[in-house]
This record gives sequence, structure tokens and C-alpha cells, in this order.
Amino acid sequence: MSGGLVSGGLVSGGLVNGASGTGPGWEVVVGLEVHCELRTRTKLFCGCVNAFGDEPNTNICPVCLGLPGSLPVLNERAVELAMRIGAALHCEVRPSAFHRKNYFYPDMPKDYQISQYDEPINVGGWLDLPDGSRVGIVRAHLEEDTGKTTHQGASGRIHAADYALVDYNRAGVPLVEIVSEPDIRSAAQARLYVTELQGVLVATGASDGKMEEGSLRVDANVSVRRRAPDPAGAEGSPAPFGTRCEIKNLNSLRSLGRAIDYEAARQAALLESGGTVVQETRHWDEDAGRTVPLRSKEEAFDYRYFPEPDLVPLAPDAAWQARAAAEVGLLPSARRARLAELLGTAPAPQQLEQVGVLVGQGLDELVVAAVGRGAPAELALVRAANELAADLDAARALDVGAFASLVAMEAEGALTATQAKQVLRELLAAGGGDPARIAAEKGFEALSGGALAAAVREAVEANPEEWARFSAGEDKLAGFFTGQVMRATAGKADGKAVAAELRRLRAAPAGPEGPGRSEQP
Amino acid sequence: MNPGALAVAASVRSGERRARAVVEETLEAIAARDPGLHAFLHVAGDQALEAAAAVDRAVEEGRDPGPLAGVPVALKDNICTRGVPTTCASRILEGWLPPYDATVVTRLRDAGAVVVGKTNLDEFAMGSSTENSSRGPTRHPMDPTRVPGGSSGGSAAAVGAGLVPLALGSDTGGSVRQPAALCGTVGMKPTYGLVSRYGLVAFASSLDQIGPIARSVGDAAALFEVIAGHDPLDSTSLDAPAPSVSQVLDAGVEGMRVGLVAELVDGTAPDVARRVRAAAGALAGAGAVVDDVTVPEMRFGLSAYYLIAPAEASSNLARYDGVRYGLRVDAPDVAAMNTATRTAGFGPEVKRRIMLGTYALSAGYYDAYYGKAQRVRTLMIRAFDRAYERFDVLLGATAPTTAFRLGERTDDPLAMYMSDVCTIPSNLSGHPAISVPFGAGDDGLPVGVQVLAPARGEEQLFRAAAVLERAAGEVRS
Repeated sequence: MSGGLVSGGLVSGGLVNGASGTGPGWEVVVGLEVHCELRTRTKLFCGCVNAFGDEPNTNICPVCLGLPGSLPVLNERAVELAMRIGAALHCEVRPSAFHRKNYFYPDMPKDYQISQYDEPINVGGWLDLPDGSRVGIVRAHLEEDTGKTTHQGASGRIHAADYALVDYNRAGVPLVEIVSEPDIRSAAQARLYVTELQGVLVATGASDGKMEEGSLRVDANVSVRRRAPDPAGAEGSPAPFGTRCEIKNLNSLRSLGRAIDYEAARQAALLESGGTVVQETRHWDEDAGRTVPLRSKEEAFDYRYFPEPDLVPLAPDAAWQARAAAEVGLLPSARRARLAELLGTAPAPQQLEQVGVLVGQGLDELVVAAVGRGAPAELALVRAANELAADLDAARALDVGAFASLVAMEAEGALTATQAKQVLRELLAAGGGDPARIAAEKGFEALSGGALAAAVREAVEANPEEWARFSAGEDKLAGFFTGQVMRATAGKADGKAVAAELRRLRAAPAGPEGPGRSEQP
Repeated sequence: MNPGALAVAASVRSGERRARAVVEETLEAIAARDPGLHAFLHVAGDQALEAAAAVDRAVEEGRDPGPLAGVPVALKDNICTRGVPTTCASRILEGWLPPYDATVVTRLRDAGAVVVGKTNLDEFAMGSSTENSSRGPTRHPMDPTRVPGGSSGGSAAAVGAGLVPLALGSDTGGSVRQPAALCGTVGMKPTYGLVSRYGLVAFASSLDQIGPIARSVGDAAALFEVIAGHDPLDSTSLDAPAPSVSQVLDAGVEGMRVGLVAELVDGTAPDVARRVRAAAGALAGAGAVVDDVTVPEMRFGLSAYYLIAPAEASSNLARYDGVRYGLRVDAPDVAAMNTATRTAGFGPEVKRRIMLGTYALSAGYYDAYYGKAQRVRTLMIRAFDRAYERFDVLLGATAPTTAFRLGERTDDPLAMYMSDVCTIPSNLSGHPAISVPFGAGDDGLPVGVQVLAPARGEEQLFRAAAVLERAAGEVRS
């Protein structure tokens, strides 16, 4: 399969086939189930702390361990956050009930999961994506998370494991499962949906949106069907949906995109060769870059759902629903617009993508605040999208004033890009500080124009052969000279200024002081 | 025979007797007489003596030691006790020590009562004779060849034999009232939600309710008042003050409308039916207005119960998988270990109900079985509601027969299930009911009569029960 990764740009079309290899005759149909861990202080049915990364089996009690005789009590805060999510996704909040989903698994303490079945709290709704498409939401319901199993053994793989360890800290953590309609038509759109949803969830305060910590987990239902012969005039009804496969273990946007492309290609190839797709659950193997069967429809669990007798029906009154809806913060679409506005009239596509990333990660507030304190928008955006996004926790704790000053210093030329990044790292590590003082301590000061020109000249004179080739139009040697100058100035030179000086020298007529004089006949 | 609980508490509170002496006497009685009875699975002697000492200190220091100060209480072994084995009479929970107390246990301790031990039961409360115990049956206190009833047979036998004045049982389909009747004691199932289920090992969550067993209606009322009341740890706990019943015990039944339920008399043994009619006569004699009533929906009770209870049980008992606590039988992989553990850990009746319940909840069968049973339950509640438009309480037998012989029904599950036919309707409706001893059958063994009341109707329930108790005493003397 060639380049399974479809670029997750903001402007990709709704019917992108990308590099998925399904061929032009096939359309991929995707519905996503996104599990979102709620950012509550305590678990869904007990008073244990809801925290990621603590010592295993320290946040547990008789209830979340499912000890005999223990009973669940619903966490009101979780209900509130679920309703906020519902409000942000234009869902209807309904009277709901909890059911038991029965199946045996060692990381599920009671060997049933308390979940919502045919009476979910949020029903219907939609999410609008930045590319203009709309994805329908079937439901967004409450349920409890399971514990976490770690297979121990030589390979770390399930089948070769010698034994397994279970951490029940996660057991009983509140989840909202958001089920989309099968409205998604490409891997790119799926990635866009998840990114946008991530932003919505962060905006509601319900989630920290961290896929890498499992706060957001995605399962994809994928099928393919023949594309209508003439999409332009497709007035007739589209082909019915094909048989779908559910893909699990999608831990990143990259996995999600690759898995959908792989799966669509697999199904299309199967159908092209006269085979049939079997409804089954498949596992995405990130290393191998393919999906493998987990269990077929026949092997699927019979969950034996029945109403959870230990809980009473849930019927939030209108006042409570309204309070929850009022707590929903500014949604990503509005925040994108606000940030884009700061960039001026016509933001470049790459900038729009950066805007999307920052909003998804909830870092846009910081950029907006920094601009408010005088930092130039363009540079603030670049530093946030590149450096801050790489260290989310620290970035969210970063002092706005310090960030704004740093960006301003770089914009004024007081710091080079390289120096600015180093100072920013220090600021992130400390949560703030005075960028000027840090720069001074590090001995950072941008070279004066004269010192920079002198350093460039020295480099040119020391490397006459390279200069001749550069002068003859071999542009890539600019990098060589920049490297020489950087070494000579211990990184104090600004890369762009060096490049500009090189261009100036090359364009200048050879004078007595001009380089390459010795080459003249 | 021990004095009643209230008499013990009064003597301890006044300083006349020391709690420690009361508990020592109880422990000696258990040591001497329980080997022939096998009411106890575990005697918590050291903890009991410590608790008694704390009660005595409170009395010495002038602090209120609580309404049940120094009263020994036995707990059915499906009620969790911190650091004290809680086995549900199942191999699968052997060796498990709960890290917490059930809410009722906390309330008992706060009231000054002393937990002396854990009593035998049908495994996970599934049975009507206490013969389905992994540790062997309990015997009837008056006839060792007979069963004490069940599933709270250990608690009923311990009270019936006078080893303890009070015990707690759990009642899912009659498991407090039926053994109480067979052992000649008072047994009561409260309105669903009045007593916290937190710490009661679940059998069928929508039916389970903890209830008191005592030698007198007054003692049962006192124990009920201690354990009842809202518990934030149980979502199904009613958020309302518990009815206070002790103060109405002498109020009588003048003008009370009593319905004698045909379905709870017809089909019971003739000697039992005679005692029930005598009880109706006694209430009428005390000024109640007694009339016959039929509640035909009660006939569906047993069928609905044997779908709902096993369905919930099949889910509640899934957690006994060998992973976290209790028995584990090792095997090459997790699924095989689960199977081996459950095969070795559960007895035949528990397995039968898990299979029944799993089937009833299966895809394609849910509506025909579990769904339909729930609709029957709704019908039952409506039928009760109609009856309570005309009556304040209903009257009938508690069990179709007096205590039967060991082994008599073990080979015939349906015959065993029929033992609960008179008690199941109240579990399905969630209503309170009480069994009061009312004389003896032809075999000289105790007969219990049952009073039923609407939800939160505990006051009229205890008023009628107190009148029946006095009348029974007059009959006997």
C-alpha cells in the first residue's frame, strides 16, 4: 500500500479517495465511536480519584473493584459533563437509564460494564467540520471504563505473554461514548472529525483531549461500496452500505487514517476479486500497518443487556440541562475564526492548519492572549503550533506574559529563531519567567549587522571553491555557508540574515573586496 | 432460653448486666449447642468480646451505649463484615475477608449491638432449606431431622434455638419469612429501599432486602428501626425517614381492614390453612374488619420470580471469576481458569440458576422471558394496589407447610421452589411483609402467618403483627 497517510488538511474534500488504493470505483463509508474519558475529580460510581498515571491499583475501593456487596452511586458531575457534550453536539437530552453489558474479561471487575443501552442521555445531533461537511451524531452516552491489562512476557504481545497484570485505577472512570452516523467518506475526513471533536470536548471542559494518554479512544466502522458511475449527476439513490468491519486499537490520528485506508483497500480488493466482506471486529496492528481479525460476528459476545437494578433512572430537569449547556465554552469553529482574524485578511493554508491544531489542543487562548499583549500574531502562531504543541501540559501552564515577551523579542530580532526556541524551552520547564533574563544568562544576543557581515565574509573567504559553486547558481550551498557562520558565531547569527547577506554578496559586482577575485583572469 | 433483645439492652444500659457477660454467655451457648444445629459458619468470639467491652466502657463513662446495647446479633453470612469471613456458604468465596462493613453492620455497631458470628445459608441465598450450603445443612432447632427453612436458615435456627435474641437475614423470595415461620420466630421483609443493601452480597438486586429475625414482634421492631433509613451508598435506598414502629405496637387493630388472601391460603397444607383462618379470627376479635379477597395475579408470581431472580443472579455472580479474590483453580489461560474456578466453586443449585438466568437474558429470548416476567411484575404491583384500595393489610400463610424433612425436596427443585410461593409476591411488588408464629401444625411444629402491607406500610404491619403475637400467646397458654 502506498503512503496510507492522507494529509489531514483542513480543506480536503468530502469524497477524498487519497492514496488509499481503493481505486476510483469504490467509496469508503466510515462511522466512528469515540470514547472520551471525562475530567471529573472522582470516578463514575464511587469516590475514588480519577487520575492518569498514578501507581497501579492505588485509586481503588470496594465499588470500583466490584467487591461482593458493593453498589454503584452515580457521579452528578459526570452527568453534567455528559450534558455539556450533548449541548455542544446539538443533541437532545433525554431521560435515560443504565444497563449492564455482560461479558467476562479480567480487567472488568464485575464482569459486566455499566453502560447506557437503549435509553442514552444524549440523542441525535451533529458536528460541523472545518471543510464544510457535517457528520451526524447518533448518540453520546455515559458508561464506565474498564481496568487496564498489561501483558507481560518476552514479546509484550497478547498471544506470547507469560502472564498479565491488571491496573484497576482506570476501572470506573467515567466515559462518554460518542457514536457518529456513517457519514464519513475518507480517512482525511475521519481525522478531521476526531480533531474537531477533540476541540469540542476540550471546550466543554469535559475532556483533556489527550489521545496519547487514552483520554480519547476511537473505534472505526469501515465499509466500502461502489461509487455511483457519475457522481456529478447522482440523483438516483446511492448504493446500499457494504458489510462493515469494526477496527479497534486506533490510538492516534495517524493510526486512524492509516487503518481506514488499509481497511478500505482490503475490502475493495476482496470485492474486486469476487470475495465477500465478513462482518467482524478487527485489530489495527500499527507496526505491521494492517488490520487483523479479532472475532467474527458469530463469535461476537451476547452481552445480555438488562436494566441495571442497582441504579435508578436518570432524568435531569430542564434547569439542570440549561445550567450544563451554559457551561459550554467557546467552540472550536468560533475560536478558529477569532484566531484567523488575528492573522489578517488571507491566512495561508499552512497557517489555517496550525490554527486547527492549536484549537484542537486548546492552546489558542494562549496565542490570543499573547497577541493581546503585543506579540505579533504570525510568529506567536508558529511558536505555539511548533514548540508549545510538543509539550501540552507545560504549554497549558505557561505564563502568557512570558510567552508574549519572548515572541516579541524574536520578532524584533533580539533573539534568533534557534535562541528563541531554547529560551522557550526554559520557560516551559519553569512555567514562566523573564525571557530577557534567560537570554542574557545564556549569553544570547543577536549579532549586530556589521558583525554578521564580517562573519559571512570570513566564511566565504575561507571556502573559495564552495563560493565559486554557489556563485555559479548552486543554491543548496547556502546551507553550507550558514552552517559555517553558525559555528563561528556559536549560534548567535540569525539564519535568515545570513542567507540574505549571502544573496547580497553574490548579487554585488566583484570589487576589490569582493570574493572570488582570485578567480578572475 | 435467653431473654429478649430489649430486656438484654435494658439491663446493659442500666448497668445491671455487663455486655461482656452477656456475650460470654452467648458464646458458651453457641459452643455447647451449635455443633448439633450448625447454625453458625463462623463465630467471631474475639471481635465480639472487644465490641462488648466497648459497650461496657460507654456505660461506665456515662455515654449512651445505644438502643441495642450489648445485644448479641447473628448475621447471615452474605452480609459483609470487615475482617471477618463472609462466604455466602460458597466454596468460591472461601478465604475472602471483606475490607469493609455492610451499612447494616455499621448501624448495628452504632446501636451498641454485638455481632457474634455469621450464620449458615443456602449458597448465595439460593434455596429454601439451607441444604444448598457448601458447609452442610443447618438443622431445625426443634427436630434435627428437619430443615430450618431457608435461605436464612442459620439465622432463624440460631434465634429459634435461643442462641441469640436477634439475627439478620436477607429476603429475596421469602428467605427471611419462610425460615422464621418454620423455626417459630418473627421474620420481616421491609419495603424495598428502606434498608440499605450496601454490603449485602447480591443475589437478585431488585428483590433483595435485609430483614430482622427475632423471638418477638417488639424485638423485630427494635432491630428494624436500627437498620432502616436512607443510605447514600445505595442508590435504591429510599430518601425518607424510616417509619418508627415500636411506638405503635400497642395501638391495636380496631377498625383495621384486613383482607384474607385466597391465594395465600388455598393450596397450603390443611393444618397451616386452619392456623391462618384462626389468625383472621383473632384479628377480627381484636376489632379488625376482616374480609376475603382474591389476588389472582399472585399465581404468576413463582414463574416471574424464577426468571427475574436467576437473570439478575447470572450477572451478579459473574464477578466470581478467580481473578481478584476467593477461589482460583489454575489453568493454562484466563478463560479456562474462569471455567475451572466456577465449575469447582459453585454448587449445583447456583449453577442451575446461573444457566436459567443466562438463557433468559440471551439475545432473542429476552422479550419472551425477562421482559415478560417484568411485565408480570407490573401486573402484580397493580393487583396489590387494587387490593390496598380496600384493605389496610393482607393476611395469609407464610409457607405452605411446616418444616419438612432433610433431603425431602432436594431432588425436586420445583417442589423446593414451591416453598416460597406465599412469600414471593411481596418481593416482586417491593412491599413489606412479616411472619408471626401462630401456633403449631398437626406435627407440633411451628406455623407462621404472614401479614402484608403496601409500600412503607410498616406501621400497620407491626400493629397487626403485635395483635397476632398476643393472640397466639393466649392460644398457647
